[in-house]
Amino acid sequence: MLVEKVKGESRIAAVSRNARRAGLAPGLTLADARARIPQLWVEEMDRQADARLLDAVAEDCDRVTPIIVIDAPDGLVLDITGCGHLFGGEAGLRAGLSKRFGRAGLNVRTVIAGAPDTARALARHGRVAIVAPGEEAAAVRGLPIAALGLAHKDQLAISRAGLKTIGALADRPSALFTARFGEEMTGRLARLQGLAPSPLTPRRAVPMLWAEQRFAEPIGRMEDIEATLANLGEEVCRMLLARREGARRMEAGFHRADGAVRRIAVETGRGLRDVRALMRLFRERLDAVADPLDPGFGFDLVRLCVLEGESLAVSQPELDGRALEADEVANLADRLSARFGQERVLRFVARDTHDPARAARSVPVLQEAADAAAWPALSAGEPPLRPPRIFDPPQPVAITLAEVPDGPPRAFHWRRREHRVVAHEGPERIAPEWWREASAEARDYYRVEDADGRRFWLFRVGDYGVEGAPPRWFLHGAFG
Amino acid sequence: MSKAGLEVLKREVARLERGSSPIASARFSTGVADLDNSLGGGLMRGAMHEVFAASMLDEASAAAFVIGLALRAAPSAPVLWVRQDFVGLELGEIHAPGLAELGLSPERLILVKARDGPGVLRAGEEAARCPPLGAVIIEPWGNPKTLDLVASRRLMLAAGRSGVPVFLLRAGGAPLPGAAATRWSVKAAASVPLEASAPGHPVFEVSLMRDRAGGAGRSWIVEWNRDVRSFSDVGDEGGSSLSGGVVPVSSGGPHPEEHGLRRAG
Repeated sequence: MLVEKVKGESRIAAVSRNARRAGLAPGLTLADARARIPQLWVEEMDRQADARLLDAVAEDCDRVTPIIVIDAPDGLVLDITGCGHLFGGEAGLRAGLSKRFGRAGLNVRTVIAGAPDTARALARHGRVAIVAPGEEAAAVRGLPIAALGLAHKDQLAISRAGLKTIGALADRPSALFTARFGEEMTGRLARLQGLAPSPLTPRRAVPMLWAEQRFAEPIGRMEDIEATLANLGEEVCRMLLARREGARRMEAGFHRADGAVRRIAVETGRGLRDVRALMRLFRERLDAVADPLDPGFGFDLVRLCVLEGESLAVSQPELDGRALEADEVANLADRLSARFGQERVLRFVARDTHDPARAARSVPVLQEAADAAAWPALSAGEPPLRPPRIFDPPQPVAITLAEVPDGPPRAFHWRRREHRVVAHEGPERIAPEWWREASAEARDYYRVEDADGRRFWLFRVGDYGVEGAPPRWFLHGAFG
Repeated sequence: MSKAGLEVLKREVARLERGSSPIASARFSTGVADLDNSLGGGLMRGAMHEVFAASMLDEASAAAFVIGLALRAAPSAPVLWVRQDFVGLELGEIHAPGLAELGLSPERLILVKARDGPGVLRAGEEAARCPPLGAVIIEPWGNPKTLDLVASRRLMLAAGRSGVPVFLLRAGGAPLPGAAATRWSVKAAASVPLEASAPGHPVFEVSLMRDRAGGAGRSWIVEWNRDVRSFSDVGDEGGSSLSGGVVPVSSGGPHPEEHGLRRAG
């Protein structure tokens, strides 16, 4: 028997079969129960552990169908549309699941019905196993009112009116109940009878399309796994071709015989429908994951899902060479992203700002981002006015020989060397973006060249001759 | 076979041929005739070239020289740059507007940031096998253990097959035995000052430390001009005019008029 604290009182949360037979039921206080049966075995209720177990079970059910809804705290709804034949019909599927969970020490009730709410209610309150198509309304007639899952006081009101079963409710005009209990109740009744569609929110994103392969003998060798993945890839690409789409996000799920599932996801920069490119992506990912795919006793199901796609025209053989080349570069970027991580394969976009440190932004190649601004136009004949490399943060330099107030230093110390300035240009005053950083000061930038021909980008913060601290100098970048 | 199918086949054959034969003829010029001649007509396209900085303070110049070479090799194709994270910390992060100022339009660049030496080499080799790229710049830090003779041969081979020039920018590194077609040492050199003694276009002293074809041991002072995307020979004049505020008569530079038009800084 499990207890949990409700409003400061220990109450029974769940009971075993034996305890139920002894007349204990959830809701009873622990003190009452102890008074009736002193030798109770009591444990603290752990809802989180329950949720974890339910999630593990859901993960295992993923081998049946990827569309699974968690019906907290203790139920799962599986959408098995079109899955039955793989398991020898619906009855076979149900028996297989029950056996699998029985072996794992779980006691489950399974109902197959044409509507999720019907199946859910029958599993909790009924005795039917499989509801034939179209029989939903009849199947739920005998269920108690509790199957509606209404608030306690509504339920009480209905039973006080002498209505004990769903059937009794269904026989009366629904307007009556709508007036008394609101739309919600009649909606529930209709869904229960399979007369209205039930919205489902599956625990994982429902794939756009998928292909899977099951094995009677679990497979474990890497070559077998890759060959399987390639087969599935071909199937998926055929389906994509039929839909004139390409995959943007894919996931391969490897179901181990013991129920553990390992998933490997890949993303591409644009719709992809080429098996070879796809397999190279997965191979990169498989190579790059820190802990390799551990097959344990082997995988008995491999499923390849397309989670997201985009329309992709059917390629023409006369596709011009340029497009082919762009494709090859995009494939390369995909592979590198798969191996090193998206955030490490970057491109630059211009930003509309005069703050040099923020003028360019690097974004993952796979991510769509439009340039916020155009790159600044360059005027002919100018030498580079911005360095190809900048230090972040700028490096402070010591001035060893100062010059006139408005000029650059005649010599400064940086990286264990003194640099004598022989040529300079500036100042270029760059005002801070006060709306971004209130305390920032204006910077006076200089391009300087030292006696060895090294060109640097220096700036000064603060002015000479003003009361207080002398100006400070920083080296922001190095020109070539 | 359909006409379109035949076209595809033809292209495929052309591609295979390009990959299998050492493309001795495919060279790109630096713009400096003397330098090109001593290399036998420019740098080999499908090859790996190794570039060192003469000292830590010359790393930016070495990078700019490599950007220049990449632009000479590929005026418009995408350029992939693989960089080890530590290089950015030590020598500064890549600043896209600064690349644009050198003539490399930032939208052409793909930057791959790798954590360590092996990652840099792996990404670099993968990129070197991708023929549509204009150039691959590989920038590891120091002397990574994995950058041995085998690794450098693999890079050379990949470049040879794809025809993509690979520039191994050896930030903070020292020469090791390797398979590079050419090996350079780059040092900043005094620019030809502009009006009001403003620093001018980038000038480097580049030394050819090694050339598999045998022309090593010489050095040149070259200036990079972004507008024409070319190096030019500055000769000795550039070096001697650094103290004056005078606009030089520019005996070596190919663009004397532009200097005169320049506004004062």
